[in-house]
Amino acid sequence: MSEPALLIALLAAATVRGAAPLVLAGLGGLFAERSGIVDVGLEGKMLAAAFAAAAMAAVTGSAWLGAAAGIAAAVALALVHGFACITHHGNQVVSGMALNITVSGLTAVLGNAWFHQGGQTPLLGGAGRFASIQLPGAGALAGVPGLGLLYREVVSGHNLLVYVTAAAVPLVAWLVYRTRFGLRLRAVGESPGAVDTAGISVAAVRYRALVAGGVLCGLSGAYLSIAHSAGFIREMSAGKGYLALAALIFGGWRPLPTLGACLLFAFADAAQARLQGTPLPGVGVVPVQLIQALPYVLTVALLGGFVGRAVAPRAIGVPYVKER
Amino acid sequence: MSPAVNRARRLTPIMLPALNLVLALALSAIVVVLVGEHPGRALRLLVVGAFGDGEAIGYTLYYATSFVFTGLAVAVAFHGGLFNIGAEGQASLGGLGVALLCLAAGGWPTPLVIAAAIVVAGVFGAAWAFVPAWLQARRGSHVVITTIMFNFIAAAVMTHLLVNVLIKPGQQSPETREFAASTWLPQLHEVAGRLGVPMKPSPLNLSVLVAIVAGVLVWRYVWHTRWGYALRALGHSESAAVYAGIVPARVILVAMSLSGALAGLVSLNEVMGVQHRLLLNFTGGAGYTGIAVALMGRNHPLGIALAAILFGALYQGGAELALDMPALTRDMVVVIQGLVVLVCGALEHALRRPLDALIGRGPVTEPS
Repeated sequence: MSEPALLIALLAAATVRGAAPLVLAGLGGLFAERSGIVDVGLEGKMLAAAFAAAAMAAVTGSAWLGAAAGIAAAVALALVHGFACITHHGNQVVSGMALNITVSGLTAVLGNAWFHQGGQTPLLGGAGRFASIQLPGAGALAGVPGLGLLYREVVSGHNLLVYVTAAAVPLVAWLVYRTRFGLRLRAVGESPGAVDTAGISVAAVRYRALVAGGVLCGLSGAYLSIAHSAGFIREMSAGKGYLALAALIFGGWRPLPTLGACLLFAFADAAQARLQGTPLPGVGVVPVQLIQALPYVLTVALLGGFVGRAVAPRAIGVPYVKER
Repeated sequence: MSPAVNRARRLTPIMLPALNLVLALALSAIVVVLVGEHPGRALRLLVVGAFGDGEAIGYTLYYATSFVFTGLAVAVAFHGGLFNIGAEGQASLGGLGVALLCLAAGGWPTPLVIAAAIVVAGVFGAAWAFVPAWLQARRGSHVVITTIMFNFIAAAVMTHLLVNVLIKPGQQSPETREFAASTWLPQLHEVAGRLGVPMKPSPLNLSVLVAIVAGVLVWRYVWHTRWGYALRALGHSESAAVYAGIVPARVILVAMSLSGALAGLVSLNEVMGVQHRLLLNFTGGAGYTGIAVALMGRNHPLGIALAAILFGALYQGGAELALDMPALTRDMVVVIQGLVVLVCGALEHALRRPLDALIGRGPVTEPS
């Protein structure tokens, strides 16, 4: 087996693992933003879900209950966001940031008070986390050159939530483009007045969009703490919610391009992990601290350089006030 | 409408933040109960810790100084409809500038160092805000996301510089050597002592005067200059501003640079006034606190000063509280901050309508 091929396969596998939480959160944000609600609170929902999932899994020993708790936490926050932005016409960016700040403090306080480990949750093992799954046939294909390596390292051997993510992309695309709910969702984000005239409640559609987004965000957070890692660490979302939001914008609020953008960010992150300590041609060794900023720099460069004027949902950020 | 109702209406700008604060504290009380402590006792410890004696008040005002700077920074951007979440990064870059100056200016007379530091802190902070501002103005990239990214990038740059470049040789922790004493910003108790007025020692330093001046200047800029008018016009309606001949790109660049400069001034207080060296994360979250301070202070310098003192009290009282109730770490203050942003910012209309209904008859259309 050639060394470069293995390296590429490992890099691809790391990209897939890194992209999964971004994709889940990005698709969650897609529901909210397509309905006309800005979702800066992705970061907070992700962090809250990561904490709730790890805490529940630590107490019950069940990854499934953990994931359920993560989803519940994210949906609860989504409802708070809806209460502020839909019911009370509040500023959506402010509401999202409020959630992010609150969650950042709350997870630390509760984690510290409940588990006494400086804000971390106990290390999970066994049924407490989603273990990696060997897909059938990984052994049989091992002898096939190229394909065997690809299948074993990149396709097989991930945890359950990676495969859930892979299924979520076509599912969300179908929901948004092929169902009655999706049509109403897109209409409410473009022209809420028209939807209202048709006798459909704008608020109800937007609340439903936020709840759907909360479910995906909850899975994204659970992925961080009980699938990818074995426990919650303070601030473990580390800006991934914002990266997901940037990927959503970069992907033009469409599921497949968003997936592409998430893969790009995840690749940048996987590459920076590989590049640490390796001299680059013409530059020499880039300090670890700087190379870790690569995904963030890439985000700014992409948003500034290539998106140009992305066409956002028309009514995004504007509270819908019914004529009085 | 009766004169009594009118008079009551005028109290709304005071009553609304007060009500909001009560609501935020009530929500925080739930968290206190969740970790198994008594909210009433916690509040009493907090108030005594923040205002109990001269030293406590000095500490409270020292924290408040930083929050005035970041609160003003967020408010200036807010008036133009821009949400600057990057005050944290802009403040740390300001600290870098001030540290470089103080390390180099060992032999300079103190007043000259102070004057230069104000300029350098402002320029470094403004420069860090300028890039997101330019991207927003010229490329339409959303300033919220770019300023957040710039916070992460600033953290990476500062860590790199402190770990690999500026670190004091032969030392483990990532910090610079101590500045020469002539480059320190005098603390207020020293100044008072020299004038013969006894004062309890606290980190409160002369940067509090800079904060007051900055507040007055921001008030002048926003409400009494042509630039401020353009800023507020843009914040209310971009299309109307353009119709009036205002160039949004230019206004955005000026407002964001000013915002970054104000955030950069935090370093006068922390780096030059108290730590006397550059530490990692010396901002201590002041950039994010600025969001809560600006929203609670309704983007007015006077309100910001009051809100900054409130949050200064929360920081100082919270530190004392953490000693008595170890379950309530200082992260509790972050929770309260977030709840204040939620209640004062996102839910501002939720309480206003019942309040208006209580004072007058029926809802009011767009009170400002």
